[in-house]
Amino acid sequence: MRLPLEWLHDYCSPGLEAGELATRLAMTGTEVDRVLHHGVGELDAFVVGRVLAAEAHPDADRLTVCRVAIGEGAETQIVCGAPNVAAGQTVAVARPGAVLPDGTKLRKARLRGVESDGMILAEDELGIGIEHAGIMVLAEDSLQAGQPLAGVLPIATPVLELEITPNRPDCLGIYGVAREVHAATAAPLAPPPWSEDPGSFDGDVPCEVVVEAGDLCPRFVARAFTGVTIAPSPPWLKARLMAAGQRPINNVVDITNYVMVLTGQPLHAFDLDAIAGARLIVRRAGDREQLVTLDGQTRVLDPAVCLIADGDGPASIAGVMGGARSEVSPGTTRVLMEAASWVGANILATSSRLGLRSEASARFEKGLAPEQALEAQAVATRLMLELCGAKLVPGTIDIGGAGADPQLVRLRDARVGGLLGVDIARSESALHLQRLGFGVTERSDGLDVAIPPHRRNDVTREADLIEEVARLHGMDDELPATLPSRRGAVGVLTREQRLRRRAEDALTAAGLHEIVGWSFEAPGRDDVLRLAPGDPRRRRVVLENPMSEDQSVMRTTLLGSLLDAAGLNAARGQGAPGLFESGAVYLAGGGPLPCEHHALGALVPGDVLAAKAHLEAVLAALRVEAAFTAAPQPFLHPGRSARVDLAHAPGAQLGWLGDVHPLVARAWDLDVVAAFEVDLGALLTHASAVPAYEDLTSYPELRQDIAVVVDTAVPAAAVLAAVRAAGGKLLGRAEVFDVYTGAQIAAGRKSLAVALAFRAPDRTLTDEDAAPVRERIVARLAEALGGELRG
Amino acid sequence: MIDRISELRAEAEAAIAGVGASAELENLRVRYLGRKAELPNLLRGVAGLAPEQRGPTGKAANEARQALEARIAERSGELEAAELDARLLSDTVDVTLPGEPARPVGRLHLLTATRREIEDVFLGLGFRIAEGPEVETVYYNFDALNHSPTHPARGRTDTFYVADDVVLRTHTSPMQVRSMEAQPPPLYVIVPGRTYRRDSDATHTPQFHQIEGLAVDEDITLADLKGTLLAFARAVFGEEREVRLRPHFFPFTEPSVEVDVSCFMAHTRERCRVCKDTGWVEILGSGMVDPNVFAHVREYGYDPERIQGFAFGLGIERIAMLKHGVPDLRLLYDNDVRFLEQFG
Repeated sequence: MRLPLEWLHDYCSPGLEAGELATRLAMTGTEVDRVLHHGVGELDAFVVGRVLAAEAHPDADRLTVCRVAIGEGAETQIVCGAPNVAAGQTVAVARPGAVLPDGTKLRKARLRGVESDGMILAEDELGIGIEHAGIMVLAEDSLQAGQPLAGVLPIATPVLELEITPNRPDCLGIYGVAREVHAATAAPLAPPPWSEDPGSFDGDVPCEVVVEAGDLCPRFVARAFTGVTIAPSPPWLKARLMAAGQRPINNVVDITNYVMVLTGQPLHAFDLDAIAGARLIVRRAGDREQLVTLDGQTRVLDPAVCLIADGDGPASIAGVMGGARSEVSPGTTRVLMEAASWVGANILATSSRLGLRSEASARFEKGLAPEQALEAQAVATRLMLELCGAKLVPGTIDIGGAGADPQLVRLRDARVGGLLGVDIARSESALHLQRLGFGVTERSDGLDVAIPPHRRNDVTREADLIEEVARLHGMDDELPATLPSRRGAVGVLTREQRLRRRAEDALTAAGLHEIVGWSFEAPGRDDVLRLAPGDPRRRRVVLENPMSEDQSVMRTTLLGSLLDAAGLNAARGQGAPGLFESGAVYLAGGGPLPCEHHALGALVPGDVLAAKAHLEAVLAALRVEAAFTAAPQPFLHPGRSARVDLAHAPGAQLGWLGDVHPLVARAWDLDVVAAFEVDLGALLTHASAVPAYEDLTSYPELRQDIAVVVDTAVPAAAVLAAVRAAGGKLLGRAEVFDVYTGAQIAAGRKSLAVALAFRAPDRTLTDEDAAPVRERIVARLAEALGGELRG
Repeated sequence: MIDRISELRAEAEAAIAGVGASAELENLRVRYLGRKAELPNLLRGVAGLAPEQRGPTGKAANEARQALEARIAERSGELEAAELDARLLSDTVDVTLPGEPARPVGRLHLLTATRREIEDVFLGLGFRIAEGPEVETVYYNFDALNHSPTHPARGRTDTFYVADDVVLRTHTSPMQVRSMEAQPPPLYVIVPGRTYRRDSDATHTPQFHQIEGLAVDEDITLADLKGTLLAFARAVFGEEREVRLRPHFFPFTEPSVEVDVSCFMAHTRERCRVCKDTGWVEILGSGMVDPNVFAHVREYGYDPERIQGFAFGLGIERIAMLKHGVPDLRLLYDNDVRFLEQFG
């Protein structure tokens, strides 16, 4: 919404610089996007001039050399290129030093050898119209040469570009903003422009209006005018429209736009003689019914669209755009001026479905008060009579009438202070509300507030009134900054949140960088990751309206995100950094909402054991014991991959790890990389957040190593399991620390070196204590795994 | 005899004082105190002296021997220290070489680091952290948050739909209602998490992160909101910061305010890229919880006549970019290590 201050000042003139006013509005709830200057600069250089003589230029056919009076006996010579310049005209003159709306600074010039000391201006050169065919001839005889032009025409004004929030359609008109400025600054507010209505309510308007779709059209107000002369609007009106961002067209259309900008209520002017059958019907469109709108487009409608039809069919899309057939044209002499209210939700739906937004629909879609229709009609009537030489046909069509009587809402003093944390006197609350147009009546505990029509949709409850009072009272120094009493509130991370941080920190401590990937990816990723048809990770959450096919399904594993990031870094010459992500994955099904779980995944240069080392760092940080079993994943190297389970609850799979399958890695142009992913949420439930004390220091442990030779196929985990099973209570720890295959070991066999640590809680163990345990271990290895001691 | 002892002692002491290396000192010890040396022999010969000479001579010889032993020990300590010093001084490493072996340092992503920083501020203010689903029902995302049925944010141009009644959450605010369903007041909670809107340009990505805040009790006020956000702004942007509230409109708060923080950049003659010389930077939207929101959870102990509260929602990306001067949102999602290494 563009607010020309020159126009605003007709109704409220707070005497503030544009910037100061912008700040005041921003701090009371009306956001100001920009402060602009519209029109010319260096106002002193613009004066009224009188052309004393106009003679042909000696050396140019199209130029005229003019002698122009510019006040107090001063004359100047101006070479003018306009065809319509003539002696005796009163004109607008820019003198050297003047700045035109496009920023051009005017200088003395010589045109074909003749000196020109200024410029006689056309409308567009002043930014007050679009006319450029000739200079603007000022009609008023009362004007004196030399008079400042700015006193005659609004040739320059600051303009505030306002961002009106959707709850305040009343501020989509100059007078509505003036009311807001009045409340924000206490500057006096002039009576509304509709306070005097020259119209009448008795008489027969020569057109019938039938509202069939009353549910979509709360009010329809129309008046008829005869003897209309279609002509350009006067300069002051064009200037205001230009400053407000509207393009002048002709007096009748300009009046509809002027009244819309002033009151916030859009209007539509029909050529009364083009209304077939002199009858308008407000109804729902038929399926696939068509209409050519003012912009020349053919629109295909449906029954959700409300339209205004005449005897020949659709004439206008209600509240959105008029039709070409019945629009005002240069030959129009009889006008039906329509101002109606439409249901905002329906206008919004219609304009978004047709892809057609207009100044009118942007206002209607927010829901205007029915009262505004008659207000706008009153202003339009006055202007039609003043500017178009029109005669008003007595009578007013008014279907639907005004809205409901004002609602009364109680505003309790105690609630004001209780909600805001600062006490505001009842008298102050009353003052703010009255300035905004609310009616107030004092009650014992506060105020009874009558909601005016223009705030009917926005203000319905006490909290809404408190907001009005609060924003005008001020929230800067006027509002203290306190902290809540926080009864019983204790800020603490949950166990899961604390442990999740610990898991992430374990990976950064191990040198990995965290990434944040996209939650959505391309559906084709299922195939790139080689997921089998029945793989649960193909159960994608699918977006119905993605921004692109590449981001149309939600990820079911972090692997794609990790490969994306690794691939980007590799392509940018950053090698293959170790990366991890901690975030959600999404599996469709299982209820109204998909199954989301928090996953932790990493991608590292190197092989499966490099990935495992990082996963073990996480497991150690969380004190979770996991079991690893060779198992395939479609996107992993089949001989170098494992599933990860809880050690004490096999079958509850936590995740996987392994070398990324070379065909998958190749899709991202990556070399050998390995990855893991675990369901972090599940993992954390098994973490030991509060370790219990164990005495490991009173008595030393007894350490012995053994080397056992087994078949290559026997996993180290099986050897350790046998060792632990046989070790009994005295065996504290058992860890594999070396694997050897080679000349000294038979083919198909390998040697595993295992470090054993024996301990007892109550004494220092000796070799004699350990010997029988060790024998049992060796026997068990032989029996269960065909293991033999080496050396 | 006693004279000879004195002579020997003086001679030895001079020699010890003059010695320059541990090995020479050992030679002196052998020469003066060794098995074949003169002084021990004199001591052994005391028995053959006249009885009246035995005492003084033995005493003198003993004293001389002890004195020499002490001098040798002392000198030995001096020499060893000097020799260690010399050895260490000649044993040098160029300390300007890099550490070895290098210990790689991984970093949390800037968004995680910023999220944790903000979480920690609110933990200190007594808030707990709640998390909720990213794929959310229309009820929690819009209906229960007082969005009118025609609110434009519901449109398919703005919001990702998974089904007619299921969306990717457009804010972390749905957890307001879920949290209130789960716990009666007083409730102090923040909700960090991933959010989605159909927007993509230099300042919008279709996926972004928010932190929602909610405080509900019988006496929470707008002034409390201001104080809480002031504490937050000072913790994150510096102790000298101020905040200001500007009235605004959001469907689920009433009154609603946008919150600006005073600019934290050093202002020079050039136009400030952060505040555009206005002195203020918008950081979040907030307000007092709309009674219509409480009406959805009335049966959980949230009677709008009895309780009240504030809510706010901030963008983690925006806070991170402002604080660290990151110019383009998309850098956060490229995951280029040269970017990642700079933060966390």
